[in-house]
Amino acid sequence: MKRYSAFAIAREAARWHMGWERAWRSPTPKAKYDVIVIGAGGHGLATAYYLGKNHGIRNVAVIEKGWLGGGNTGRNTTIIRSNYLQDPSAAIYEKARSLYETLSQDLNYNVMFSPRGVLMLAQTHHEVRGYLRTAHANKLQGVATEYIGPEKVKELCPIINLDGPRYPVLGALWQPRGGTARHDAVAWGYARACSDMGMDILQQTEVTAIRQAGGKVTGVETTKGAIACDKLAIVVAGHSGVLAEMAGFRLPIESVALQALVSEPIKPCMDVVVMANTVHGYMSQSDKGEMVIGGGADGYNNYTQRGSFHHVEETVRALVETFPMISRLKMLRWWGGIVDMTGDRSPILSKTPLGNCFINCGWGTGGFKAIPGSGWGMAELVARGEPGPLTAEFGLDRFREGRFIDESVAAGVAH
Amino acid sequence: MSTRLARGGRRIDRSKRVEFTFNGKRLTGYQGDTLASALLANDQMLVGRSFKYHRPRGVVASGPEEPNALVALGDGARMEPNQRVTTTELFDGLSARSQNHWPSLEFDIGGLNNHVARFLPAGFYYKTFIHPRPFWKHVFEPVIRQSAGLGPAPKDRDPDVYEQVYAFADLVVIGGGVAGLHAARVAGAAGLRVLVLEQTAHWGGRSPVDGGTIDGQPVQDWIDATLQALDGMENVTLRTRCMAAGIYDHGYMIGYERLTDHAPAPGMPRHRLWKIRAAQVLSATGAIERGLSFPGNDLPGVMLAGALRDYVVEYGVSAGDRTVVVTNNDDGYRTALALKEAGLVVPAVLDARPEATGALPEAARAQGIRVETGRAIVKVMGGKRVTGVGVGLQAGEGSILEEIACDAVAMSGGWSPVVHFWSHTGGKLVWDEAQALFRPDPARAPVGADGLPNQAVGGAANGALTLGAVMADSHDAISEVLRRLGKTVSDPAPAGDAPAEAPLHPVWVMPQGAGHKLKSKMWLDYQNDVKVSDVQLAAREGYESVEHTKRYTTLGMATDQGKLSNINGLAVLSDALGAPIPQVGTTTFRPPFTPISMGAIAGEARGDIFQPLRRTPMHAWHEAHGAYFEPVGHWRRPYCYPQGGESHAQAVHREVTATRTSLGLLDASTLGKIVVKGPDAGRFLDMLYTNMMSTLPVGRCRYGLMCSENGFLMDDGVVARIDEDTWLCHTTTGGADRIHAHMEDWLQCEWWDWKVYTANLTEHYAQVAIVGPNARKLIEKLGGMDVSKEALGFMDWADGTLAGIPARVFRISFSGELSYEVAVPASRGLEFWEACHAAGAEFGATAYGTEALHVMRAEKGFIMIGDETDGTVIPQDLGLGWAISKKKADYLGKRAQERVHMTDPTRWQLVGLETLDPNERLPDGAYARASGTNANGQGNTQGRVTSSYMSPTLGRAIAMGLVLNGPSRMGEVLEFPTVDGRVLSARIVDPVFYDKAGEKQNV
Repeated sequence: MKRYSAFAIAREAARWHMGWERAWRSPTPKAKYDVIVIGAGGHGLATAYYLGKNHGIRNVAVIEKGWLGGGNTGRNTTIIRSNYLQDPSAAIYEKARSLYETLSQDLNYNVMFSPRGVLMLAQTHHEVRGYLRTAHANKLQGVATEYIGPEKVKELCPIINLDGPRYPVLGALWQPRGGTARHDAVAWGYARACSDMGMDILQQTEVTAIRQAGGKVTGVETTKGAIACDKLAIVVAGHSGVLAEMAGFRLPIESVALQALVSEPIKPCMDVVVMANTVHGYMSQSDKGEMVIGGGADGYNNYTQRGSFHHVEETVRALVETFPMISRLKMLRWWGGIVDMTGDRSPILSKTPLGNCFINCGWGTGGFKAIPGSGWGMAELVARGEPGPLTAEFGLDRFREGRFIDESVAAGVAH
Repeated sequence: MSTRLARGGRRIDRSKRVEFTFNGKRLTGYQGDTLASALLANDQMLVGRSFKYHRPRGVVASGPEEPNALVALGDGARMEPNQRVTTTELFDGLSARSQNHWPSLEFDIGGLNNHVARFLPAGFYYKTFIHPRPFWKHVFEPVIRQSAGLGPAPKDRDPDVYEQVYAFADLVVIGGGVAGLHAARVAGAAGLRVLVLEQTAHWGGRSPVDGGTIDGQPVQDWIDATLQALDGMENVTLRTRCMAAGIYDHGYMIGYERLTDHAPAPGMPRHRLWKIRAAQVLSATGAIERGLSFPGNDLPGVMLAGALRDYVVEYGVSAGDRTVVVTNNDDGYRTALALKEAGLVVPAVLDARPEATGALPEAARAQGIRVETGRAIVKVMGGKRVTGVGVGLQAGEGSILEEIACDAVAMSGGWSPVVHFWSHTGGKLVWDEAQALFRPDPARAPVGADGLPNQAVGGAANGALTLGAVMADSHDAISEVLRRLGKTVSDPAPAGDAPAEAPLHPVWVMPQGAGHKLKSKMWLDYQNDVKVSDVQLAAREGYESVEHTKRYTTLGMATDQGKLSNINGLAVLSDALGAPIPQVGTTTFRPPFTPISMGAIAGEARGDIFQPLRRTPMHAWHEAHGAYFEPVGHWRRPYCYPQGGESHAQAVHREVTATRTSLGLLDASTLGKIVVKGPDAGRFLDMLYTNMMSTLPVGRCRYGLMCSENGFLMDDGVVARIDEDTWLCHTTTGGADRIHAHMEDWLQCEWWDWKVYTANLTEHYAQVAIVGPNARKLIEKLGGMDVSKEALGFMDWADGTLAGIPARVFRISFSGELSYEVAVPASRGLEFWEACHAAGAEFGATAYGTEALHVMRAEKGFIMIGDETDGTVIPQDLGLGWAISKKKADYLGKRAQERVHMTDPTRWQLVGLETLDPNERLPDGAYARASGTNANGQGNTQGRVTSSYMSPTLGRAIAMGLVLNGPSRMGEVLEFPTVDGRVLSARIVDPVFYDKAGEKQNV
């Protein structure tokens, strides 16, 4: 792999950029791999990457029905934070956040991790108590957060309306090292690094069946033929239930559409990410200048990657109230993605009833921020066949045993 | 130079001059101008700067596809960034400023990027700015953000108002061109309820400019006649300046009407958002012209051929004196002819096709216009404005055969149907090889709830590009729609007549053999500075999916969303990949069609009416008595009533003390009150609550717990049995709507055959809690009911009259004091509340708020939903096992509570906590530290604070908490680290701090 750098750009500029090589190869499938990862989104690619990097397993294929990074990795609002309440969540999200800090250097691909800080507004007394609790929990968990007052909120985000007639801002949970990253670049950077390790990323290849023998997975059938494997990782947010059915088990998951929106680009006016959970909306400004906006998920299950307008309306309404200056901005585009929702709104990284078959799903509305940590933990699970500390609590058995990891108290809204 | 012609201009009224400013410069135009035509009339070709390289940008189009000419419109709080000048109607006093430059439009430092453009190809930022690590956040990113971003950010609250309306139609016709008008007339005549949405201020679309006849009439005459017919139909609604913005499932769509943008009227609604439900939608949305990718095609003065024609015919404005037309189709010749007719010079028509023999080229030749075939523009001369073009062979590599001086270039690369609405809900497209365009695939139409097609497309939007084809296609489309709606068509198809056109010749790169250097000067996306070379680079680097290419190069991500660039871009990609265009496919069309204001989306719901505000009947009294309110759901509840400069804490202290020692009054009207009635109501409530409710005697109350299916405690409240078939369920204030929905969910989805009816009566009653040792005395003084211990025991209720007001009195207590909750009709709530205060004056009756309520319940060890519970707590954790019926076979949550983790004896359970220093309150949400760390390096914990208060009654800090095995660890001291670095010690105690024996409430 030729390394990316300013010097490489200068070199290529001299020859009209004709010398750049492919970011990832476009190989034909081999007959067999040690590990097949289904799903070339951020989580799937990160799983493959850390399988190679941390565990030396490089005979790996990542199979993708469409184009890599085309699911929720390329559809989310790019927020990265780890100010979660429950210990297992804080552990995996903070692992992810800390890996994001150095991901550009690690991958030699600028994912534009921007630790600009995340504010979660407290707009009711109940929310104040909730965030105070999170701040206490985070301190013990080693996650740097702070509960701040309204004056500091205004200082960090001057365009905010502190004194909304309905929900004045009483304070906020502030995570200074939270922020955003360029979502596509995360997928692309991992894909390039995986390909460089000799892994095969098979795009436009749909898995149609999962082969098994003696209670263990033996391979997959795809639109490009059968491919054998020793181990299989299913990492396909949005269609997890479909793949699980192929593998012969069911998941406690519902699939719903979540929408995101962007405004037309304007000059920089907001340097932090703000989440307003009482009124259901969150916003940040991209490096291009667009206001990037998200809100709640649809209230009914479906697989179409679009949502209903009333959520757009509710979200924009909430944000116009929180940031009155955006009223005259124009909304450029909105779109939907399908998210897996579990009963406790926490992910599943687990062994499955099928031997040597592992699943990573259920990230709900907040999977992007977890990508590096999720991949790290999933790779460990797949390589060792048993969960490590990062994933131990996220097994499927927790639903049978009632060991939920409920984050609803910390984040009552989609994120 | 661009200027106003001495004659012509169908849209403008030369007798009405309009004054406006651009970058502070005073300019004039005419009534009927767009800002674009007025700027061009004033020779203001340069209007902005591009996004990435800050290259000079001029008007390129005449409609919503304009990517370049965006301005900040208006001043102060009414400034709106990124307004397209092509869709901005001119009005007196309009003020516009150009964007994205410093220090000025003419001299932009950012233009330096242009000189290093070679080092800034697509995706360069992914490949650099990687080291040193902190530089991204602190150096590179701020610079990139500042140089990107286009328009200025608004600073103030938007003073304008917006509104929303609902509409229902059998048929919505999108687009008021000739295809749409014909369809509307046919549908209207068939008696359908029709709504026609036209985004511009005018009917007829671009046909009047392009010419021809319909049924023998000149197009404009036909339009006038059709409009007259439509005006006479009561079942047809016509809206101009109203753009269809998006279509959703099942015929739901949104429209965006710009009411006063063209004539600002402060106080009047600015935009109106239409929410429409349509049985059928017909897109008659026309087509958008494509540019051509030749070197230097982004210089101001290079414009779409159709747009140049529009400016001449519609506004009497010429973009240049000498215009070279470059085309790959016959339609481009219309522009040459129109310019010629207006007395302008057309030095040449450069036709990329090997030959041009159609009627329009012949007409051009007949007018003496020089027509050169097989030719290409291989160079555009000029800096901020075109001064000439270099002509070469289309089949060549770019050597210049001839230079032609000109100050404008009209380019036409063919037309792309507007298929957005068809695509919004999943309609598929086919590639029309002959015309080189994507059009809707009728075999894969969007479908409605019944699975049948609910959209049709007619006219140019369907790929029918000549007038004859447009009218025939429109007729076919509306006939199909009527058939779907069970109607028949009586009218014949109108006959459109216009010159026949020879097929275009797809030209994606001009000249064909251009090398890398030339390709890096061919713009695809003018706003985002995406060039042919960028798309080719993306393909070379493996970003092969059209979505990858889009995201890697930002092609089509500008404010025009690729209306101008997408087809050209994906053709270049297709060529680079060696794959046919339909295989490469398009990116997804998403709403809105063009950007719509957030103000319109938010609508009226702003400020005070952002969300419904619920007030109790006593709200005005609370306000008058200095209440500090807190939002609880949509309600406002008094938190406390500070008097005479008291702090909140002092007020709460006073309120608690007064209540405990004599008499307190609480407005409890917000508590949820849901009536559950019917022969199966008892059975239903037995399932809903953990307690047995079916056995509750009439006249009695019972405290009940509701759990989710997962076993977690979700709500609590007192249930009263009203009669044999009727129960009244009290819920928490925040839970009323949710619990009512929860009940209906189970009744409608699971137990639909049970005879149970529910009604949320929360607002029907005002409820007052009369609390304290003198509570009974007050009620006796009000008079009308016997509330003695014998007549109304603890957990009894009775109907009667108090102070002449019908009342239902519940003998219940959430404070541990002697307490009655009295429900009266909401209309008499204030009267009753005031009567209580008047009669209670002698006892020092004191209104108390939610915080005093919380303090008193905590002193008594009562749990609060949302404090002691958080979605992970089961009743058993809270010592509420007594409220769980052991006799019932089932209730919601029972099975879940039998799971292994739920029955684990080592759960965190409710205890009281007393800090060793009685003046030190435990912080809300603090955790009790345990030794060591877990496998992830996190500090271990063994409990947490759920509620914490200074207790006026006990004169010390008290707290409730959940602690590992708590109830068996009484007396142990736990350590609570605080966020500010201190560690507080607290002893585990019984959670009931006050009157454990219940002697106060059972008097």
